[in-house]
Amino acid sequence: MKSVGLLVLGLTLAATAAGQIPQIKLKELQHLLTTKGERVQVVNFWATWCAPCVKELPLFEKLRQENNSVDITLVSMDFDLDPDPGKVERFVTRKKLQNKVVILAETDPNSWIDKIDKNWSGALPATLVVNTKTGKRKLVQHELHEGDLEKLITEVSN
Amino acid sequence: MKRLMMIVIALVAVAASPVKQGFDVGDQATDFKLKNVDGKLVSLSDYKDAKGYVVIFDCNTCPYSKAYSQRIINLDRKYTAKGIPVIAINANEGSGDSFEEMVRIANKKKFNHPYLYDETQAVAKAYGATNTPHVFVLTKELKVAYIGAIDDSPRNEKGVTKRYVEDAIEAVLAGKAAPITKTKAIGCGIKWRSAS
Repeated sequence: MKSVGLLVLGLTLAATAAGQIPQIKLKELQHLLTTKGERVQVVNFWATWCAPCVKELPLFEKLRQENNSVDITLVSMDFDLDPDPGKVERFVTRKKLQNKVVILAETDPNSWIDKIDKNWSGALPATLVVNTKTGKRKLVQHELHEGDLEKLITEVSN
Repeated sequence: MKRLMMIVIALVAVAASPVKQGFDVGDQATDFKLKNVDGKLVSLSDYKDAKGYVVIFDCNTCPYSKAYSQRIINLDRKYTAKGIPVIAINANEGSGDSFEEMVRIANKKKFNHPYLYDETQAVAKAYGATNTPHVFVLTKELKVAYIGAIDDSPRNEKGVTKRYVEDAIEAVLAGKAAPITKTKAIGCGIKWRSAS
């Protein structure tokens, strides 16, 4: 009995360690995009069900390794269709994502898509690259390819 | 000199205004002729007695399209009889959205509404569709009355508090402006042929 108890405890701990993706509100996201700082913010909007999003995720992992002067945040939009954090957590574990992942926990996207970027249609994937110091920003509303992120970072940095 | 300045100002103004893509609310939409899943060509002008139109850019593969497919069928059931036909168009690139797959899905889900194949993506581009499903409610004269999402709860129909498309259709039927003319929603981006 004791060993079963320990096993259950062990499993619970393992699940906790793998999971715990922060759920954020729009305010926190806006804070990230507008608070003046030295580092360029690279923010990707994705979802586990979105094939082109999943395909471009390695580009953000590569950027993390090659450029430590930018902040990368992968914002999961999964909750809009399915409010199960476990789905996102399992995906992040399976893909061994090293970048910071957060879940945007908001409803009624029509009321806040414009507040993220008024040019954004709401379609996934979408990527925002922001120089918070100058306010310069670039929005891309399609799947990224090799070299695109570097180009966007240069564009907002100049 | 003054005249030159005017020309310069005019040129700058032209250069600064972004290239307009797609229709906005109030614009005159264009008709199209596309192949339906039954093999026949369909145009808006085929509907001689229509009091308006619901044009939906949709696809087979997007989870949002799947979440909304029964609601699209219900819209067609409710409003085609009232003179506002529902016309779905698939412009998505990819093997899951081939014409053969469209035929299979339309049969499986027993679509009564046309499901048209926009192979060149020209219609989606002309309308300025970006997501699936992306709805354009048009008046009888093809004036754009509403652009956006079907409602405010993709997750499940029970959670719906605002029926954007139904409200716009009712307004068109009543000869009034839609109460909400434009909405945005999270969704699948239409997959374009050449990497844009």
